[in-house]
Amino acid sequence: MSTTMTAHTSPTIQAFSEGRKPLAEMRDISIAFGGIKAVDHASLELYEGEVVALLGHNGAGKSTLIKILSGAYQRDNGEIFINGEKATIDNPRDAKRYGIETIYQTLALADNVDAAANLFLGRELRTKWGTLDDVAMEAATREVMGRLNPNFRRFKEPVKKLSGGQRQSVAIARAIHFNANILIMDEPTAALGPQETQQVADLTLELKKQGIGIFLISHDIHDVFDLADRVAVMKNGRIVGTARVGDVTKDEVLGMIILGKCPPGAIPGPGALAS
Amino acid sequence: MASGTDKSAEPAMVQESAFQRFLRATELDTRLLGMVGALVLIWIGFHLAGIWRTGNGIFLSPRNLWILLVQTSSIAVMTTGMVMIIVMRHIDLSVGSLLGVIAVIMGYAQVYVLGPWLGVGHPAIWILTVLIGLGAGALLGAFHGYLIAYAGIPSFIVTLGGLIVWRGAAWAVIRGETVAPMDERFELLGGGPFYASIGATASWVLGVIICVVIVLAIRSGRQSRQKFNFPLRPIWAENFLGVVGCLLTLGTVWLVNSYYFPPKLANDYAEANNIPIPEGGLMIPHGFAIPVLIAAAAGIIMTFVAVRTRFGRYIYAIGGNPEAAELAGINTKRITLLMFSIMGVLAAVSACISSARLNAASNALGQFDELYVIAATVIGGTSLAGGVGTIYGAILGALVMQSLQSGMTLLNFDSAYKDMAVGSVLVFAVWLDQLYRRRTN
Repeated sequence: MSTTMTAHTSPTIQAFSEGRKPLAEMRDISIAFGGIKAVDHASLELYEGEVVALLGHNGAGKSTLIKILSGAYQRDNGEIFINGEKATIDNPRDAKRYGIETIYQTLALADNVDAAANLFLGRELRTKWGTLDDVAMEAATREVMGRLNPNFRRFKEPVKKLSGGQRQSVAIARAIHFNANILIMDEPTAALGPQETQQVADLTLELKKQGIGIFLISHDIHDVFDLADRVAVMKNGRIVGTARVGDVTKDEVLGMIILGKCPPGAIPGPGALAS
Repeated sequence: MASGTDKSAEPAMVQESAFQRFLRATELDTRLLGMVGALVLIWIGFHLAGIWRTGNGIFLSPRNLWILLVQTSSIAVMTTGMVMIIVMRHIDLSVGSLLGVIAVIMGYAQVYVLGPWLGVGHPAIWILTVLIGLGAGALLGAFHGYLIAYAGIPSFIVTLGGLIVWRGAAWAVIRGETVAPMDERFELLGGGPFYASIGATASWVLGVIICVVIVLAIRSGRQSRQKFNFPLRPIWAENFLGVVGCLLTLGTVWLVNSYYFPPKLANDYAEANNIPIPEGGLMIPHGFAIPVLIAAAAGIIMTFVAVRTRFGRYIYAIGGNPEAAELAGINTKRITLLMFSIMGVLAAVSACISSARLNAASNALGQFDELYVIAATVIGGTSLAGGVGTIYGAILGALVMQSLQSGMTLLNFDSAYKDMAVGSVLVFAVWLDQLYRRRTN
C-alpha cells in the first residue's frame, strides 16, 4: 500500500498537472443515499493557486462531492490525497486539520450567536484559565471583517439579524481566517447583489494569488467562467469532463452541463455522453 | 454621557427616548426587566390581597420570603440544566422521576447501608450519600444521553420512558416504604431544621464578597474592552449596574437576616449553647438557608458553563443550527451525552434538597417536578424551538411559579384552583412572550 500516487496517474492529471503535485486529489469517489448514486466514481484534482469551477445542474452531485472533501459526508468508495499524502477525512474536524475550509451554500451559521462566535465556532480562543476569550475573538473578528466588509458594525448581534451580504461575509471570514490551503465555495454568490458578488470575485482572485486552491461550485456558468482556471462539469453524479477555461467556449460548457456532451477541448470523464 | 463611546450607534437611533437610551447604555435585557417587574407585581398583589382578606399582609414578610426562597431551591436547581437541554432542542421529561429514584437510593444507602456500617450519626455519612446520589444522577443522565445521541432515539421518547421507568424503579428500591429519618447533617441540605442556615455574620460576609466580585467583574470587563479599543458602556451605566447589583445582594442579605428564630427554638438553642437569654427574648437571625445557597451556586456555575466555556457555546450553537455545529467540527453527540449527564447530576442535587427538607425519602418525591421545571424554564424566556434561553431567566421563572403557589396557599386557595391558576399563568406568560418577540423583531 503506497501512500503516494505514483502508481497510477489519471488522464486529467496527465493533462493538467504540468509536473505539479496536486494540492488535493479526489480519486474515484462514490457515495449513495438509499440506492441513489449521488456521486459515481468521480475524480478531481486541485492545484496550488488554482480556481476550479465545479458546474452542473441542481442535483448533479457537485455539493455532495465537495462535502465529502470537507468531511460532512463519508464516502462509500474512493480515496483522497492532500499534498500527495493519503488523507483520512471522516468528519469536518479532519478536513480542517488538512487546511480545507468550506463556505457552504446555506452558510452554516448558528443564527442565534454573534459574528465572533460563528467565526471561531469549533476553534474558540481561550484564556489561560481555559475559559472563552470573547474579547480576543471579537478583536480578531473586527480585524478580519474590517478587511472584508469595512462597514460592518454589528458585532454584538446574533447573525440572524444581519443582512444576506453581512451573513455571507461572516461565513467567508470564517473560511479565510484560519489560513486555509484549500477553499471550497459552494454557490458563494447565490444570495448576493451585484456589488457584493464583485467583492467575492475580487476576494477569490486575491486568495488565488496567495496560492490557495479554490473549488468554486455553481449551477450558473456566468458566475464563475471568468474567475476559473479550469472547469469540471458533473451530471447525474458523474464527471462529464474537465477542461482549461481557454480550451472550451461557454456554449461548449453549457452543452456539457445540459447534455453531458464532452467537447474536444476537454478531457472526458465517466459521465461523458458516448458519441 | 459625554464619553458616549458607543460607536455602533446608528444615526437613525438618535431620537430615542430616555428609557431606550438607558437600556442601550446598560445593555440590560428588557425581558429580564419585564420578568422582575412581573415578579414584583405578583408579590405586591399577594401582599395587598392578604391585607384585604385577613387584615394583615404576610406575603412580603421576611419569614415568608425566606421560606419562598427555600421552597424554590429544588426546582431552581433543575431549571439551570433544563434551560440548556431545551436550548439544545431537546427536552427532559424524566427529571422528577430521576429525583425520586435518586432520593430513595440515597435514603436507602444512608439508612440501610452507611448507617449500620459506619454507625448512625457518623460524619462521613452525608458526604458518601451525596456522592452516591451525584454519581447515580450522572450515570442515569448519561444513559439517557447515550440513547438520545448515539442510538438516535428522540429525547422526548427517551425521557418519557425514563419518567415512567424511574418512578417504578423508585418504588422497587424501597418497596413503597418511606425511608426516614435522614442523617442529621444530610438534613441540613434541605433547610428544614431552623439551624440549616448560615447565620447573620456569614451571610453579611458572603454578601460583601459577592459585591466585591460584582465590582471587580465590571471593572475587568471594562479594562479588557479598553485594551482592544472596543466601544465601552458609559461610565454612569457601569456605575448604575454595579450599584444595583450590590444593593440587590445586600438587600437580600438584610432580608434573610431579618427572619429570626421562633422564640421557643431560640430559647432551646440558647440553652443548648449556654447563651444567656436577654430580656425580650433572644433574636437569632437565620441568614441564608443552605438549599438557597446550593441553588445560587448551581445558578452561578451553570451560567459560567453556559457563557464562559466552549461546552456552553456549543450548546447554544447546536440549538441555533445543529447542522452548522456539526459542520464546524463540533462533536454534537458527545455534547448531548454530557449535557444529559449534567441534568442527571442537577436532579441529584435537587433530590438531596427535597429529601433532606422532607427528612425522608419516598418513591413519590419529585412527582410532577418535571412539569414545574419545564414551565419555569419556559416562563423564564427559554424558547422551545431552541437556541434561546438564559439561566437567570429560568431561576426567575421558578421564583414566579413558587410565588404563585405560596401566595395562593396563604390566601387559602383550594389546591385544585391553585393548579388551574398556575397552568393558566404558564400559557399566559408564553403568550406575552410571543407578543414581545413579535414586536421586537
